[in-house]
Amino acid sequence: MDNRELTIHSWDLRQDILDIVMAGGGGHIGGDMSVLAPLLLLYKRHLRVTPETVDDPNRDRFVLSKGHSMEAYYAVLCDCGFLDLEDVKARFNKLGSPYIGHPHNVLPGIEMNSGSLGHGLPVCVGMALAGKMDKRDYRVYTIMGDGELAEGSVWEAAMAAAKFGLDNLCAVIDRNRLQISGSTEDVMPEDPLEDRWSAFGWNVLSVDGSSFEELDGAFEAAKTVKGRPTVIVSNSVKGYGSPVMENKAGWHHKVPTAEEYEQIKADFLKGKEAAQYVQ
Amino acid sequence: MSNKVPNRQAICETLMEHAKFDRDIVALCSDSRGSASMTPFFEAFPNQSVEVGIAEQNLVGIAAGLASCGKKPFAFSPASFLSTRSYEQCKVDVAYSNTNVKLIGISGGVSYGALGMSHHSAQDIAAMSAIPNMRVYLPSDRHQTKKLMEALLQDQKGAYIRVGRNPVEDIYTEESCPFEMDRATVLREGTDALLAACGEMVRPALDASELLAGVGIDCTILDMYCVKPLDTGTLLKYAESAKIVVTVEEHAPTGGLGSMVAQAVGEHCPRFVKNLSLPDAPVVIGTSREVFDYYGLTSVGIAKSIREMLK
Repeated sequence: MDNRELTIHSWDLRQDILDIVMAGGGGHIGGDMSVLAPLLLLYKRHLRVTPETVDDPNRDRFVLSKGHSMEAYYAVLCDCGFLDLEDVKARFNKLGSPYIGHPHNVLPGIEMNSGSLGHGLPVCVGMALAGKMDKRDYRVYTIMGDGELAEGSVWEAAMAAAKFGLDNLCAVIDRNRLQISGSTEDVMPEDPLEDRWSAFGWNVLSVDGSSFEELDGAFEAAKTVKGRPTVIVSNSVKGYGSPVMENKAGWHHKVPTAEEYEQIKADFLKGKEAAQYVQ
Repeated sequence: MSNKVPNRQAICETLMEHAKFDRDIVALCSDSRGSASMTPFFEAFPNQSVEVGIAEQNLVGIAAGLASCGKKPFAFSPASFLSTRSYEQCKVDVAYSNTNVKLIGISGGVSYGALGMSHHSAQDIAAMSAIPNMRVYLPSDRHQTKKLMEALLQDQKGAYIRVGRNPVEDIYTEESCPFEMDRATVLREGTDALLAACGEMVRPALDASELLAGVGIDCTILDMYCVKPLDTGTLLKYAESAKIVVTVEEHAPTGGLGSMVAQAVGEHCPRFVKNLSLPDAPVVIGTSREVFDYYGLTSVGIAKSIREMLK
């Protein structure tokens, strides 16, 4: 798929996410929508792993550090053949189901469990270090939330990644500027975010988090950097795709009403049509 | 004391023997390599050594990432910090994600006697034992420590191992150190009292049994190095024939070996159970030896307590 086709396809996945949330009666739908584009792009174009290679020691690694965006992760894993969408929808959040609200590594394609924040980057530093030790050329990716960056463990790992020169590590920050209690800048200011990461010794790229073209350019650029890790600040919109949810902190974790569901579904269709119109 | 080798040094020596042939063994320290006796390893195997600085959360997270890629990480940090500062990483990244990380809690219990409560780990057995899929081991002497490490090098699961800072008098010898993974070692058999001890408390418990034998009290002594999984088979076998059951541990009175033994004995063969431990309070300041004396965690103190109980 080229960037245009991926953009169009992403609207179908937004609908899948919506249906998963509705079926499970819960989900972090706002962050699902803001993180979808980099997550989908990673799996479709950059991450060298397939359902057949989940145990290959040379596979690329991915850890969803903002584990609460699990419904988006389910949609992508289903789209890439790791899981079955109908099975996920049927059992998500149900008693005894393996499809829980955070990454669970009993499922194929999921490397590590997360849920509590600030865990992904340290784990990925370990994965990237192992790659260096074993002289394997796999790359390691993680996606963090911006609210997550208040966790001190993120910065412990940021220091370590720079110390060890982990140019095989690429972190993405889903910079939607909202968390449960409101604006990230009110809860715990993060700006100037890019300068902070740069001061920690990272290569920093800042892109439009809804643009597959810009995100793709950043992932490609990260592969060429030597001697230091890369962080991509993906400037995104919480609840992206429907005015019902967009930029509203209340949609951090929420199940749409029947009326809201119909409106969001219509908005996604409009988004897809608009994407198809673009040549 | 004839032995000058602390258990932590035995860990380093065992890992160095194996690291020569097994390049997947990785040691991680949080500015703690001296305290961990791991400086020789870091010097001999720089490519298998990772220094993360004073960052215990990162220590465990990185170790879990290494393990997920096939490495065999051993993460060293003072037990007080490892079992509390990085507790969530131990729970989520090691136990829950099922990674092969060996967490080595050094200077455990009141090893840092005079440094105060911040440096004491009197809660680590309780904390680590409460995590599903986490094993907890407290080896008693350097020989058993070596045997335990060799067994842990063979398995693929996470575990927490607590050792003290100071050398402890040998219980076993290089030639004679009976060891079976996850089975308590029976050091002595007697029916008046069953003493189950772990870690550095095994030696005074054994010495107490000698004193008690002199006044006609025969004890069974169990070296319960495997606190979790608790060897209930051996425990209950000897508890059934004992008048009283006594546990000895360098830990708070709640949630450690004593609690687990009382739970098992109470459920299967009810007996009087007494837990000799540190108090549920900030521990007095002094050398660890002085602290043990203060709380009666010595051979004389243990023997005296048991004589009182049997009156």
